Amino acid sequence: MQEVMKKRAIELLESGEVARVIGWKKGEFAYDATPAIFETADEIEKDFVYDDFTAANVSKYLLKVKTLDGKTLVFLKPCDTYSLNQLTAEKRVDREKIYVIGVGCEGKADVEKIKARGISGIVGIEADGDNYTVKTVYGDETVAKADVMADRCITCKSKKLAAYDEIIGEDGEEIANSGRFDLVEKLEQMTSEERFEFWQGELSRCIRCNACRNVCPACTCEQCVFDNPASGVAQKAAADSFEEKLFHIIRAYHVAGRCTDCGECSRVCPEHIPLHLLNRKFIKDMDELYGEYQAGEDEDVKHPLISFTYDDAEPSIVRERGME
Amino acid sequence: MKYIAKTNLEQFFEAASKKLNVYVPVDTDGTNSAYKKWKSGTKVSEKLHTTRSAKDFFFPQTENLVEFKMTDRKIEIIDPRRETEDFAIFGVRACDVRSFSILDKVFLAEPVDTYYKNRREHGVIISMACRRPEETCFCKAFGIDASAPEGDVVFTEADGGYFIEAKTEKGSAFVDSLGDIFEDRDSTPAEAAQAKTKEIIDLLPLSNIDTAKFGGGKTEEFWNDKNWASLSEACIACGTCTFVCPTCQCYDIKDFDTGHGVVRFRTWDSCMYSDFTKMAHGNNRLTQKERFRQRFMHKLVYFPENNNGEFGCVGCGRCLASCPISMNIVKVMKTLGEEE
Repeated sequence: MQEVMKKRAIELLESGEVARVIGWKKGEFAYDATPAIFETADEIEKDFVYDDFTAANVSKYLLKVKTLDGKTLVFLKPCDTYSLNQLTAEKRVDREKIYVIGVGCEGKADVEKIKARGISGIVGIEADGDNYTVKTVYGDETVAKADVMADRCITCKSKKLAAYDEIIGEDGEEIANSGRFDLVEKLEQMTSEERFEFWQGELSRCIRCNACRNVCPACTCEQCVFDNPASGVAQKAAADSFEEKLFHIIRAYHVAGRCTDCGECSRVCPEHIPLHLLNRKFIKDMDELYGEYQAGEDEDVKHPLISFTYDDAEPSIVRERGME
Repeated sequence: MKYIAKTNLEQFFEAASKKLNVYVPVDTDGTNSAYKKWKSGTKVSEKLHTTRSAKDFFFPQTENLVEFKMTDRKIEIIDPRRETEDFAIFGVRACDVRSFSILDKVFLAEPVDTYYKNRREHGVIISMACRRPEETCFCKAFGIDASAPEGDVVFTEADGGYFIEAKTEKGSAFVDSLGDIFEDRDSTPAEAAQAKTKEIIDLLPLSNIDTAKFGGGKTEEFWNDKNWASLSEACIACGTCTFVCPTCQCYDIKDFDTGHGVVRFRTWDSCMYSDFTKMAHGNNRLTQKERFRQRFMHKLVYFPENNNGEFGCVGCGRCLASCPISMNIVKVMKTLGEEE
């Protein structure tokens, strides 16, 4: 697949149809590719990589190139195409200036899961059917792909490409029983004290690195309120641990209806806080109160929180639910 | 050499805890570990690193510097500094131990930072020699030997237990204060374990990364390097690398309005943030490229320039493991100076 992608990217660059290519650049190890903007065939030939570890959602980099001349080719996985549609709907990017190659995806591996199995000193990883052979300075190890797949991929909501100009690989289907709300339900069944304790434990680890916010394709404010020194709240480590919780809850509210559940927030968290659960709670609530809705499914739909219908839930229902 | 069996480690913590507060690395979930105060039954993490470094013990993420309390028209100034209780940090790796001496060069130089000094004087560093360094480790490149860490007391795992050596007066006093919980053993197994770790270190892919091209006096050489643009291109401007880093030392001082006074606190800052070193006239680093460059120039050029050639990185590899986009000091070191 990687070779097909490289070939097509070079074709489009050399024909002048696109001026640059957003993809992933290979790193030091088998698992640390960096998102990159390629401008020449040579760069692509040398460094472009796409494999089981290229997990970063690169759709947000489209904001970075939107004022540049010419079209930008971007490779998007199914979940990333939802982000693109949402960015298009919010007029944050100009779809006309973007050429999307949708790439089929069977889920990405999470190297942290490999390491959590006590495998260290990794010098190479090879995919081998349903397994990985991990080469380390301590000897070879074999792990089943299914055991080290990223959490967000295990509960993948859709392998369908929601936006594309062409496809490389296989387009997939939406997954009805993804189980992505299972953990949310578990949290809902807790008493409020238990739930508070759960989130207290998780959010107390927050180091305010802002990686969740900065990576989020829905967080595209020109200047975040938390970056405004005059706002009275600091974006760095807070004086009051209440502020950390406030930050995450405000952020979840702000992206409610716009969050496509791409899972980048949890992927990048250095403290492994399951931030996506906050967003999924909102998604689940909206589904229940306003009917099923998937942000980013289309590029021209208004989400339930900003559109009025006579069937909308009465505020009293929302209030009662809050009392439970 | 002094020795204690693994099965008796609990006794060591118990004896030590009677003398001072002991902090040990503990697993907080499948992938994270953090320092927690030891209490009976605490299980010490087997992980190579804590997610955050150990610098928090001396340079916490936030701390109050002074408080102003307002009643009517009077302002009361409260100094929150208290003499720190004695404490020990157990299981500190060679890289993190070295980071303390790097921080010392900043905080103990004139004018001495009394907040830092207070904690530093009361802390006993019990280091742990590495046995299974990881591919993200490159301490060797900065002249650190993971098999033989610095510290007040050094633990080396071998022969079903730990060989223990006090390296400083503070360390000797601490070990002596624990009574006869250790046995005396021939140190050969510890030396063998060390030699084995050294062999592994030589096999690690980043152990021999070239540091020679960096150092003091190289500002002009690297400042305008064309590669900064492509290296910083994907940076999302979060503070992860700076906050997990054991040597990042920049901080900001802010006022928190309590409604009836002000708490002036200091908080770690990150050069990756848009308001880093923002001044009345504005900001002197307007782009992410400039902020990104600051982090690496600081560690590889400015810090050695001001500190007899010592680099501001210890090769712990935390930034390699944590960066959301997998950009890091190793990629920077390898790329700078190359043809674009």
